[in-house]
Amino acid sequence: MTRGQKIEEKVFKSLMIFATYFILAILAIIIYSIFEKGIKSVSWEMLTQIPKGGYYYGKGGGILNAILGSLALATGASVLAFVIGLPVALYLNVFLIRHKKVIDVIRFLLDLVWGIPSIVYGAFGFSLMIFFGLQTSLLAGILTVTLFILPIMIRSMDEILRTVPVGLQEAAYSLGSNKSEIAFKIFTRQSFSGIITAVLLSFGRGIGDAAAVLFTAGYTDHLPNGLLEPVATLPLSIFFQLSSPVPEVQNRAYASALVLTLIILIVSLFSRGLGKRYHKTKINF
Amino acid sequence: MDSQTKIEIRDLNVFAGKTQILRNINIDIPKNKITVILGPSGCGKTTLLKCLNRLTDLYPELKVSGQIMIDGSNILVAKEDIYKLRQQMGLLSQRPYPLPMTIYNNIAYALKLRGIKNRRETHKLVMHYLQQANLWEEIRTRLREPASRLSIGQQQRLCLARGLAVNPEIILADEPTSALDPISSQFIEETFLKLKNDYTIVLVTHVLRQAKRIADNVVFMYLGDVIEQGSVEEVFGNPKMEKTKLYLGGTFN
Repeated sequence: MTRGQKIEEKVFKSLMIFATYFILAILAIIIYSIFEKGIKSVSWEMLTQIPKGGYYYGKGGGILNAILGSLALATGASVLAFVIGLPVALYLNVFLIRHKKVIDVIRFLLDLVWGIPSIVYGAFGFSLMIFFGLQTSLLAGILTVTLFILPIMIRSMDEILRTVPVGLQEAAYSLGSNKSEIAFKIFTRQSFSGIITAVLLSFGRGIGDAAAVLFTAGYTDHLPNGLLEPVATLPLSIFFQLSSPVPEVQNRAYASALVLTLIILIVSLFSRGLGKRYHKTKINF
Repeated sequence: MDSQTKIEIRDLNVFAGKTQILRNINIDIPKNKITVILGPSGCGKTTLLKCLNRLTDLYPELKVSGQIMIDGSNILVAKEDIYKLRQQMGLLSQRPYPLPMTIYNNIAYALKLRGIKNRRETHKLVMHYLQQANLWEEIRTRLREPASRLSIGQQQRLCLARGLAVNPEIILADEPTSALDPISSQFIEETFLKLKNDYTIVLVTHVLRQAKRIADNVVFMYLGDVIEQGSVEEVFGNPKMEKTKLYLGGTFN
């Protein structure tokens, strides 16, 4: 190495090290401040009661409405997106196998819609609601979040299904399996834990998003009671509590943020665990 | 040729884009014999095998032309029932691919595709095919375990049992022992020798000694061409072509 190269190497190495630890530090600060501010307001009451005196001014009660609302909404959307998304991913990987160009185009389009900001989905969901004469409701929220997480769901399942070895497909075809058998008996089984991981990943994205539910799910102090009623969500409860002029209510926003973060953390750990299992054993059914 | 011909390959050409993988292949494969397709890596042996059960359909880049007559009907015609056709042949690939299910269900799945759903009959046949593949004694207590837990050698024999379970007439084997230990390889070879009374076996290999041990007929291929074919005594004992002599002498492999 010449001297110039040595200096270059040193400069770039320190730059990379700096960038890495800088970003790690910022993440740590974010998580610390949520914990630090939120932990004071987290209480049993907070987790098990609905707000008292309104979510904007009320210092009492809890955010059970938002916790249950978010869980219901994200679960509904994940289930719906799974039901639509799995067939799409299987279609791409099993039925379109002879049409590589079509597959490429579909993948490209899915990647494009993946990048659309969630507020745009929110606005689109809102216009759909007007078209169908639907109020802000759990149903409208589920439909919008479904649209929002569908590309994520499909592409993550697609990437998992792509790893099914060609040799296994050939083995199954050589037994005389038709394509639907290959899709449902071979691909889904072989990729089972990967598919679950994709669902959990999408769940995490869905539960954490505020913009998609802002116009569509609405907000309420009540517990969710039906598909056609508005429903509270954690991201919006953070938003409303934080914009309150009352400092105690503002602190409650951090408690909500902490709860949301913990839910997502649990889901991520779960899917990571599954992912590890998937890589270790590949199959096992 | 003294015996009946099971598979006749006529003017088979395979292109991948502009590259020609197989060039004017003409081969007769006799019934109830072991025909070994021999040749160095990349000579088109595997592609030839995949043409026989039309796994080539899975690769849009491959263009196949010519005729492959099995019992007198051309299987390359598009209207052939491809799923039925593939059930006439059991496939054994280079490394075993057990299906993502239990050992028992690997066989039961193949039986189901053949139309056997009755439980008692399934039980009986699962045992029968595992015995035929020389695997039953080792795993009779492990039938409900995932097939992926078996050793590679056991997996390969499971794949053989599974291939037999669709009740084929032909067994296609693509270097089936290349990933196996010597004992498992010997198991497979012995099983093939037993099976040839009932099945027509096409075995792709680059192991000369294996070919010598079990082949009845040998087809020697090189870079997409059939160089020489004939009985094992002819090809090994008295090769006519220069390339065959060189290959058998170990000059290229």
